[in-house]
Amino acid sequence: MAAIEHSKPKKRRAFGEVPGLGALAIAFMMFLYLPILVLVVYSFNAGNIVMVWTGFSTDWYARAFANEDIRKAAINSLVVATSATAIATTCATLAALALARGGSFKGKGATVGVITLPLMVPEIVTAVAMLVFFSNIGLNFGLGNVILAHVTFCIPFAFMPIRARLDGMDTTLEQASRDLYASDWETFRLVTLPQLMPGVLAGAMLSFVISMDDFIITLMVAGAGDTTLPVYIYSMIRQGITPEINAVSSILLLFSIVLVTAYWFVTRTKPDGKNR
Amino acid sequence: MSVAQAAALPIAERARAAVELDNVEKTYGTGKSAVKALKGVSFDIADNEFFTLLGPSGCGKTTLLRALAWFESVTAGTIRLFGEDIVDVPTYKRSINTVFQHYSLFPHMSVAENVAYGLKRLKKSKSEIEATVADMLELVKMTDFAGRLPAQLSGGQQQRVALARALAPHPKVLLLDEPLSALDLKLRQSMRQELKQIQARTGITFIFVTHDQDEALSMSDRVAVMSAGYVQQVGTPNEIYEHPANRFVAGFVGDANFIDAQITSPVGDTVTCRTKGGAVLQADARNLLEGQRDVTLFLRPEKVKLAKVGAATVDGEITDIQYLGNSTMMQIDIGEAEPLVVTEPLGEVDQRLRQVGDRVGVILSPSALQILVE
Repeated sequence: MAAIEHSKPKKRRAFGEVPGLGALAIAFMMFLYLPILVLVVYSFNAGNIVMVWTGFSTDWYARAFANEDIRKAAINSLVVATSATAIATTCATLAALALARGGSFKGKGATVGVITLPLMVPEIVTAVAMLVFFSNIGLNFGLGNVILAHVTFCIPFAFMPIRARLDGMDTTLEQASRDLYASDWETFRLVTLPQLMPGVLAGAMLSFVISMDDFIITLMVAGAGDTTLPVYIYSMIRQGITPEINAVSSILLLFSIVLVTAYWFVTRTKPDGKNR
Repeated sequence: MSVAQAAALPIAERARAAVELDNVEKTYGTGKSAVKALKGVSFDIADNEFFTLLGPSGCGKTTLLRALAWFESVTAGTIRLFGEDIVDVPTYKRSINTVFQHYSLFPHMSVAENVAYGLKRLKKSKSEIEATVADMLELVKMTDFAGRLPAQLSGGQQQRVALARALAPHPKVLLLDEPLSALDLKLRQSMRQELKQIQARTGITFIFVTHDQDEALSMSDRVAVMSAGYVQQVGTPNEIYEHPANRFVAGFVGDANFIDAQITSPVGDTVTCRTKGGAVLQADARNLLEGQRDVTLFLRPEKVKLAKVGAATVDGEITDIQYLGNSTMMQIDIGEAEPLVVTEPLGEVDQRLRQVGDRVGVILSPSALQILVE
């Protein structure tokens, strides 16, 4: 003990250390997550006034699950997100493959720009454009309209991680496969796709979350019976905030957390051991 | 002298040629920006031969290898594999396998799965695949690692697996693209020996690409020296080293001294010539062309012997000494354009007695002085 007292180190700031950064970071985290935490806590409130704590209860969850409209909206959301993700990820994978492996063609650079452009376009513009376009051509597939709209804005989100993964991949692996008597299809199935999988998973997860979460475009495009969860939550709020909304939002949050965690575990245990 | 003619095997042996290259050309790009990577490459590689393509980077050796594996198409010429024209046969239908420079093992497959990959694509029976994989892993001494993933292996071990994977389908020809360049020196030297043994054991024709002259000389049955898209010389390591076809080969394979001289005597087995510096030397006359007067003499550093001043062919002054462990390399100024590079093995003379500035006699024997074909 004495030795420690003797060698009381002079307080020296480590290189790159910023004074007060810790406190600032905590404040920032609270700003980000405190509202969400409050939302979750009050979803277990027994009373029906949102911000007055009267006791613990899971009543609101039971009610939310029993609510036919919420159930329907949740199923719609899942159907839309799953279909849009599947279609968008497939399109994005094919586009990325064509761009990275398909040799050079005219307008290659412009193609990448066009694929990722929807990221820059304000969502309200896309939403209005789709509404007008769909009604002009008389497209009316109900939930199909929503899925179609979601596919369009999910493609760039799915495309980016797939493209990044593909760019980092060694083309000599594909040469090695062909050298060992594999046809182009076998090479894709046995070598390219397994290598590309982390990118595809990341792209799919991103599109799923973006699709689940979308409000503006869905609001414009969805017909009366095709309400998704975010749109339904918004309509509930307009009738007054009840803890039921908290409960539904918490379920949505839990769903996202599970998804991200699952993705993290899947990529962490990638057999190539060097998880990129 | 036509390189193509010198490279062709005798008629009787032509039937046994594993690979015949006939006027192979490769041009990248078109118009003004076109780059010729291969220019009229013609030579044969015999069956069961350890054949090396040697040259500096950018000489076209890798392009030629890629053309053989069909990762690259050729612009002109024919490539025959055991008599069959394979120019238009795609990679996956050629009985040629490749060991890649950076191994290129499939990272998501185990060692055994990697080795089995080619056999599975060839639709071999399960029992045959298992037996061959076991054989191959034993051949490269990797049996204990069958279940490991490539990321769990060292570079040398990955190289062994890559070799086993390429050998497993028993190709007619195995291509090796600088497979040892990523390994450290000790491992590289032991792998040389092992590669040579594996080649002899399997009886497969090896085509080995390298820029390392030691590798080429120590392992090969024959070597093709390439530069600027041309094949400069094809021959046994001994022929290439002792009788280089031209200045490039002489300078690239081993160290060499070049001395400009003029013929002063009639031609016999040896000729007398006078150097620019005024020395009179006897040289081997075998490469002398008729009527040729200006010649370049070529001399390996280890063929020079040193003696006392006045007791040798010419005298000179030591201008630099490098200690190399088993020998000493000296630069000796003998009054020519370039100082003479001389290596003297340690042990014959106490080299600590040699000092920069010392005057020594230099013995240039007629058998060591060759006339270089330009």
